[in-house]
Amino acid sequence: MAKVLVVTSGKGGVGKTTSTAALGAALAQAGQSVVVIDFDVGLRNLDLVMGAERRVVFDLINVVQGVAKLSQALIRDKRLENLWLIPASQTRDKDALTDEGVRRVINELRTKFDWILCDSPAGIERGATLAMRYADEAVIVTNPEVSSVRDSDRIIGMLDSKTAKAERGERVEKHLLVTRYDASRASRGEMLSIDDILEILATPLLGIIPESQDVLRASNVGCPVTLNSTTSAPARAYMDAVRRLMGETVPMTVPVERKGLMNRLLRRRAA
Amino acid sequence: MMNLLRLIGGRSGSAPVARERLQILLAHERGVGGSGAPELLEMLRSEILAVVSKHVDLDPEKVVVKMDRGKFVSMLEVDIEVPNATQRSKLVAAT
Repeated sequence: MAKVLVVTSGKGGVGKTTSTAALGAALAQAGQSVVVIDFDVGLRNLDLVMGAERRVVFDLINVVQGVAKLSQALIRDKRLENLWLIPASQTRDKDALTDEGVRRVINELRTKFDWILCDSPAGIERGATLAMRYADEAVIVTNPEVSSVRDSDRIIGMLDSKTAKAERGERVEKHLLVTRYDASRASRGEMLSIDDILEILATPLLGIIPESQDVLRASNVGCPVTLNSTTSAPARAYMDAVRRLMGETVPMTVPVERKGLMNRLLRRRAA
Repeated sequence: MMNLLRLIGGRSGSAPVARERLQILLAHERGVGGSGAPELLEMLRSEILAVVSKHVDLDPEKVVVKMDRGKFVSMLEVDIEVPNATQRSKLVAAT
């Protein structure tokens, strides 16, 4: 049965789009049929991160408004044949999305795919509420930083009250994905630890994505990190997260600093 | 010395402060039932402050209204610190 998963955060710039692309690709790499939808109307970027920016003809708004058929807006990934993208519109604003239109599109996609990943825009307005509206599950992307954790808490409240599932008295299954985790800063007590975040947000952990050059490099070339550098630490973390989404039990390892004591002393002196 | 302590003790950076500030803030914001509640708590706090201030001098920052959600009942906790005479004169002198 198809699963609708919203990737959300409240705060901008924490890695929603990067994570949507990486999770979508990793699910497809695991043999699932996947569509990723960009809900950030007016500021689309999922197409760019996926390397499909020059292939956009029709978008989500066109389909919602009945101007284009769903099949016309679906862009197939060049690398993975079971990975598809529906881009957002760059020229309209978020009011062009309607609740009824989104419901219709999601219901149609449910018949065609195993996974429907909705990349939410930042904020708590229409775009964000519609992205989560018909979700079965949610990935809340959080950085180990106060403003991000606060906004995640707010979004968790919305997932529990404003989604179609919540209104039916059911629960949207929530997963916490901590991104940009810097092990050395956390060990020095300069960054909220995983335990701190879990205690504050009381939401099950889906994965910890370490801060890494590989993530930026993947965005630069328009290729999800799980495809671009398969063996890198962030790629492995995303792949583990996806196995957990599919119901496997995968042990969680908190990234640790690999440097020795002498290195740390030297680096501190240099800094 | 700080560096040495940090090296031995591990956590003594700014993270514990971040964690404590967040816990206090979110206890405020969560309130009774998800979103919409921050306004309720802030309203309660300002009205309680107004009523008590009619009779006692208060430091507005020392009026804390919290809501702890439980499964069956929730607890509304109102914590008002009333300064004693000497502190009050200090407070007046400071303003």
